Amino acid sequence: MATGYFFPHRHILGIDHLSAEDIGHILTIAESFKEISARPIKKVPTLRGNTIINLFFEPSTRTRLSFEVAAKRMSADTFNISASTSSATKGETLIDTARNINAMRPDIIIIRHSHSGAPHMLTRYVDAAIINAGDGTHEHPSQGLLDLMTVHEHKGRLDGLKVAIIGDIMHSRVAHSNILGFTRMGSSVHVYGPATLIPPGLPGLGATVCSSLEEAVRDADVVMTLRIQKERQNDPLLPSFREYAREYGVTREVVALARPDALVMHPGPINRGIELMPDVADGPQSVILDQVTNGVAVRMALLYLVMGNS
Amino acid sequence: MAENWLIKNGRIIDPKNEIDRQGDLLVVEGRIAAEQTPVPEDTREIDASGCWVVPGLIDMHVHLREPGEEYKEDIVTGTRAAAAGGFTAVACMPNTRPVNDCRAVTAMILERAGQGSARVYPVGAISSGLQGKKLAEFGELREAGAVGVSDDGLPVRDSQLMRRALEYAGDFGLTVISHSEDPSLSTGVMNEGEVATRLGLKGIPAAAEAIMVYRDIALAEQTGQRVHIAHVSTAMSVDLIRTAKARGVRVSAETTPHYFTLTDEAVEGYNTNAKMNPPLRSGKDRQAVREALADGTLDAIATDHAPHSILEKEVEFDLAANGIIGLETSLPLALALVRDGLIDAPRLVELMSTGPAAILGLPGGSLAAGQVADITVIDPGQTFTYTEEQVVSRSRNSPFLGWRLQGRAVLTMVGGRVTHGGGRILS
Repeated sequence: MATGYFFPHRHILGIDHLSAEDIGHILTIAESFKEISARPIKKVPTLRGNTIINLFFEPSTRTRLSFEVAAKRMSADTFNISASTSSATKGETLIDTARNINAMRPDIIIIRHSHSGAPHMLTRYVDAAIINAGDGTHEHPSQGLLDLMTVHEHKGRLDGLKVAIIGDIMHSRVAHSNILGFTRMGSSVHVYGPATLIPPGLPGLGATVCSSLEEAVRDADVVMTLRIQKERQNDPLLPSFREYAREYGVTREVVALARPDALVMHPGPINRGIELMPDVADGPQSVILDQVTNGVAVRMALLYLVMGNS
Repeated sequence: MAENWLIKNGRIIDPKNEIDRQGDLLVVEGRIAAEQTPVPEDTREIDASGCWVVPGLIDMHVHLREPGEEYKEDIVTGTRAAAAGGFTAVACMPNTRPVNDCRAVTAMILERAGQGSARVYPVGAISSGLQGKKLAEFGELREAGAVGVSDDGLPVRDSQLMRRALEYAGDFGLTVISHSEDPSLSTGVMNEGEVATRLGLKGIPAAAEAIMVYRDIALAEQTGQRVHIAHVSTAMSVDLIRTAKARGVRVSAETTPHYFTLTDEAVEGYNTNAKMNPPLRSGKDRQAVREALADGTLDAIATDHAPHSILEKEVEFDLAANGIIGLETSLPLALALVRDGLIDAPRLVELMSTGPAAILGLPGGSLAAGQVADITVIDPGQTFTYTEEQVVSRSRNSPFLGWRLQGRAVLTMVGGRVTHGGGRILS
């Protein structure tokens, strides 16, 4: 990194507020931390004495575990709170919950919440650094960063790549973070999915909306599929998963349209046989498990950087 | 006890009587006196130099929250905010607790209004309990003092019910005010568009409003009845109203200062004081609304003054209540339209006084001799910063806090009684 660079963010709320320089710095730190997870003793004392709270209002397996592993490898003390959003309607508001947690003097609060903007609101009420682990349909910045890291690791660059993102763009916070992140790093992002799942305004975020799967995937360096989220489908968006798989599912034939060395990615958890066929998910071009490995390194980097700014 | 007043050296603007002149206006025993009337001995003077003297402003769309939600606002605090904003009269929507769908609630509101600082005209419910199922008793509401009916806040889903409401209200001379939105489309929390996508918030398409506006126009056309469209926010709705008026449909419409001032970008940062229903729209919609105020497509500026406490607003954006306060900022924001050259001063008076009076059939909206002296004195040049400390309303949910505004009411008079701004009284 250029001399004199100083990571300017106290909180990580979204990729939207990170510059290309910030992202490059995070990835550099993450790449240097990756080696820690390969050691026999996977622990460094960097965050010893720091208290990190995982405040998850939505179910999560991998993101929460990944943050916890990252924090523990940095020697921080971690605590997990699984709260139901319905507890808000039972009396305690998010702000009250946050203030109570804040009174125990944590250094970092990692929050996942079903409402977009919830982490932004917390920054006004707590002293701890806030890391957004996914808010509503807004952003999932650590996922976006680990995807950038994974592509960078395999391609050696991000600039000039064609990234195809296929599926439910509307409800995917991962898609939003990736559109912002990849375009900021010089990739061109092409999206495709059923028109019912393509929100308006994507060109304003930097993405090209394609009119066919072939247009999106042809000559792509990265083919990313998104989970069709069954729990958000209370709107007649799709006639059936069967038809989704037939019209929009990423098969071996679809991947063959991309560059021969294209990477296949998925943020998980996968609906196998719906948005992504099993032979592709487990095939030679898949880097899905690399994404998970890199997730720990990226989250270690984020914890390290926000603590450096406290 | 009515007083006599001589309002001196103002620009007297009364578009209904085609008056726009420099001079004095005399009030005798609470009524506007004819020109040349000798000034009684015990007359007090008001300095209106540099100011406009206009018929009292009327806000035809407010929520006073009483009965039921007095922690947000009540009739006394709400009308005090109205007076501070230059309003001499307000029409209050029926979504109180209990709903104003019967004589008892209307009468209670009017009784409380006796202690207020502005005239209060209750609007009754279209449907009992705002349930959208059966008509409220319009005859009784009229007799108790209601001036219109509306299910504001909740669109009337059932087109047959809406048709019957228009027909039946006509029998009683009640104006039907429609909150026009298709509820199956308006399930989001802000305008559908790029900003909503970037913030990850569920959008409400402009079509949600236009579809219902067209339904209401079609019903008015079919039945020959009159309909008033509340808080128009989109270019599509404006076009529908414009063409309907051109073919003679009896439709009138209002918009609010926030739709002609702000766009959906005000939501950035998840600002719950920029959340209302209908939502703030795109720049294109805002422009269409501004043009419609100028060309006569829209007949009134109303505030949709909707007080909420921090309990409803300091929460996740998705969960925050809809609505903002507006009584104290409406006039300065409308005056910006005059400064921008979009409308002239007489048109502003039409939109904020004469128009609403005509739509609801209210006294006022005129400075003709013999009229009750409801008068607003406006200093169009005075600038101020709208801060939390100076909010008169009980609630502070305004997106305009911290704004530098120009132009405000320096004196408000209701029936010869000064309700706001004693500073201009000379003797």
